[in-house]
Amino acid sequence: MLFKLSIRNIRRSVRDYAIYFFTLIIGVSIFYVFNAIGGQAAMIVIDESEYNIVELLTSVISVISVFVAVVLALLIVYASRFLMKRRHREYALYMMLGMSKGKISGILITETLMIGIGSLGIGLLVGVGLSQLMSAFVANLFDADMTAYEFTVSESAMVMTIIFFAIMYLLVMLFNSFAVTKMKLIDLIHSGDKSERVALRNPVLSILVFIVAAAGLGYAYYGVTTDFTNLSVKRMYLYIGLGIVTTFLIFWSISGLILRIVKSVKKVYYKGLNTFTLRQISSRVNTMVFSMTIICLMLFVTICTLSTCISIRNSLNKSIKEACAADVEIEFRGMSLNEEMVCESLDEYYAVKGYNPTDFMSSHVNYKVYKDGSTLADFCGDRAKEFEEQYRVFMFSFEENIIKQSDYNKLMELYGKEKVTLHGDEYAVVCDFNRMQEIRDQVLAGKPDLTLFDTTLHCAYDKCFIGAIDIWSNNSNVGVIIVPDDVVSEDAAVKEAIVGKYDTDDKEKIRETNKKIKDRIEELSNEWSNKLLSGQAEGTYVSNSISCETRTEIVAEQMGLSAIITFLGLYIGIVFLIACGAIIALKELSGSVDSLPRYQMLRKIGVEESSITGSIFKQTGIFFLMPLILAIVHSVFGMKFVSIGMEGMLSDEMWTSIFITAGIILLIYGGYFLITFISSKRIVREMPGKTE
Amino acid sequence: MELLKVEHIEKYYGNKSSLTKAVDDISFSVDEGEFVAIMGASGSGKTTLLNCISTIDRVTSGHIYLDNEDVTKLKGKALNRFRREKLGFIFQDFNLLDTLTGYENISLALSIQKKSISAMDGVIKDIAAKLGIGEILNKYPYQMSGGEKQRVACARAIVTEPKLILADEPTGALDSKSSKMLLERFSYLNKELGATIMMVTHDSFSASYARRVIFLKDGKNFSEIIRGNKSRKQFFDEIINVVTLLGGDVSDAL
Repeated sequence: MLFKLSIRNIRRSVRDYAIYFFTLIIGVSIFYVFNAIGGQAAMIVIDESEYNIVELLTSVISVISVFVAVVLALLIVYASRFLMKRRHREYALYMMLGMSKGKISGILITETLMIGIGSLGIGLLVGVGLSQLMSAFVANLFDADMTAYEFTVSESAMVMTIIFFAIMYLLVMLFNSFAVTKMKLIDLIHSGDKSERVALRNPVLSILVFIVAAAGLGYAYYGVTTDFTNLSVKRMYLYIGLGIVTTFLIFWSISGLILRIVKSVKKVYYKGLNTFTLRQISSRVNTMVFSMTIICLMLFVTICTLSTCISIRNSLNKSIKEACAADVEIEFRGMSLNEEMVCESLDEYYAVKGYNPTDFMSSHVNYKVYKDGSTLADFCGDRAKEFEEQYRVFMFSFEENIIKQSDYNKLMELYGKEKVTLHGDEYAVVCDFNRMQEIRDQVLAGKPDLTLFDTTLHCAYDKCFIGAIDIWSNNSNVGVIIVPDDVVSEDAAVKEAIVGKYDTDDKEKIRETNKKIKDRIEELSNEWSNKLLSGQAEGTYVSNSISCETRTEIVAEQMGLSAIITFLGLYIGIVFLIACGAIIALKELSGSVDSLPRYQMLRKIGVEESSITGSIFKQTGIFFLMPLILAIVHSVFGMKFVSIGMEGMLSDEMWTSIFITAGIILLIYGGYFLITFISSKRIVREMPGKTE
Repeated sequence: MELLKVEHIEKYYGNKSSLTKAVDDISFSVDEGEFVAIMGASGSGKTTLLNCISTIDRVTSGHIYLDNEDVTKLKGKALNRFRREKLGFIFQDFNLLDTLTGYENISLALSIQKKSISAMDGVIKDIAAKLGIGEILNKYPYQMSGGEKQRVACARAIVTEPKLILADEPTGALDSKSSKMLLERFSYLNKELGATIMMVTHDSFSASYARRVIFLKDGKNFSEIIRGNKSRKQFFDEIINVVTLLGGDVSDAL
């Protein structure tokens, strides 16, 4: 009996539940898809270095999933409570008929169970389907081929999804049962008599609050952008708090003002259904202030996360293409007090061991980096103080790297890039880290002399060369000074490196070569650390290190990083957007159900169907747009803050990421808007019971 | 001049096995400037008749002409335009929009007809004064009494100067004092402004304000009486007599 009643209830209130159900399905499928990514990626990826990245991705996603689960749980509890409130009259009827609260709880639990199992089932099916698409995306990211691909179902992701959602539904059941025990019959009966009192706010107060809120917001905007240099963690919290409070106040005051403003323009207010539309909005906006604030803030976070992540991804992907002009770089940093250990060069050391890493390379260059103790501040000269004020993130006591002209030109020949020509006592600078390049270019514009190794050098170019000497640089070269060969003193070398290219493009061969080189380096490294340990025992000090980076690793690392960032952005972004869309949609739809008699009345006095549709469109549009507009304004400043704070990591072409972000928002948020509009129209079109 | 002409209309509900003839071959006509009441017991078909005339419902057969236009042939947009421009409605439960003030409720009827906004104010104030609701125009429906609400609804119905005002049990939810006040306003509108009013009621007192009363029984015309030069009291007694003849529910309702 109870079961039957529950089924009928769901079927009857299907228009209320449709959005809820729809949201649950998206929630479940998104949850599954992202948790299954690890498994999917592992299928495609074979390389060990790539596999590590996949593992990292999996663990990062499962951590974020907990956060996502909390957001979804809040949404589900909110939505189910909201739907329950709408049915107070129904419960009153049951109670009047003598049904116990236990039985009402029973009905609710059965309903939740059915909806839960239904949404979980369908959601997982959709999720499994979507995750196959996701695999193609992952394969594309890792540049893997899809030929070996098979249809996969990730069991762990499935179990995780089921457990998380089971917990959420259990929470909902508990909450609902608890709410039932607290219901009073008299309140339930009267819950339908809505007092349609439009709480009119004092206009002067509203205007005052608006001005104060706008000023507060302006101050916070100023604080995180223009006044960025004075930002401390404490102030950051202040600005965030200020942002939240002012967002609320702005909605509060606007909801009080909107009617008055439009009302004062009689031509607009009394045109067509505008009077009705505006009153509809203002009668609900009061109760929407709080949820609009939440939605606005969530949209703000979404916009910033999405565009930042996409931007970082774009910049990473771009640098992958640009960087890594060679296959491998072996680096040797050594200083030894142990006489036995000293070798003039890497080549020599290898010769002692009987083999040479360059055996596997088709071409290679040896180069050294020197330091003479002069710093970035010395380079800036008179302007050091000024720059230090302006660019607080940089260490100006950083010792400058120096390279010989001949080494540099050999390298550039290998990389296929522009060489440098220095005449006698000249110097040049190579740099590719955006902000540092700005500083250096400003200095070089004045063509100052520079003293290195006690030699005064003249400036050869009034600009930096854009580039780097290491293969792993990734637009992070803060600057290397190129000097004539005879200027440097050999004992100032701090690092020696070999950069090499292989003679093959075949992935398999490259992998083999990488392994051979790495094995030898590891052997050497172990040998040294053993010596270091025994050396320490004997009271001598050895500090030598050797390391090796291959293009394969660098690319995998950056791709992986790019993949992780992309997925995180999408994951959080999509879940937040769903939550926002669902909350507004639920509120709007229930509002439409409540307003049904009004629309019927409008029809009776002969209002055109198209005018009614227009009015619904305006109402829905405004509720979806208001939080979005403020969120966009927030984001403009938020993104400015992000781009200052994450200098160099973001892509220069912010427009691409903004377009993609807008596209995602349009798709999901706009989708919710469309569904809400269409179902509202359908609800309102119903003309129940031709009058008999 | 003949404004409304109802010709042999029928309205059936249900299917072949259980057919209900809500309206069973009714014909009558209403002249311009008339105030007609339609009386009958519950289930006599008076509300169905009103719904058919107001195009809210469709007839099964027969024709209804308003201003020489066959309203049973109207469809879609033309139907809405007809309702908007030719008819004014007054309902038992007022049907005011609870989110709008009295003034806005009245202005809405004008703005959906795309009437000039500048002229609107004068028209509304004028009609409000005539109905004695000038003071409450800025109140919301929940702040008004039943009688005030019904007079606002009445103002909304006539502000557009419709050809025909249809009132469905307008006093049904009012106390006797408010009823009397409203009905006196109806008479005033009819006499002084020449409004054509068709009122459905089962209350003999309300009907006695009309110039003519048509009685329905089981979906058919039963009889018709005209007030002529009789006083309202005399007319009322006459109505009571017919109602007694009709028997049944109406006497219960009294």
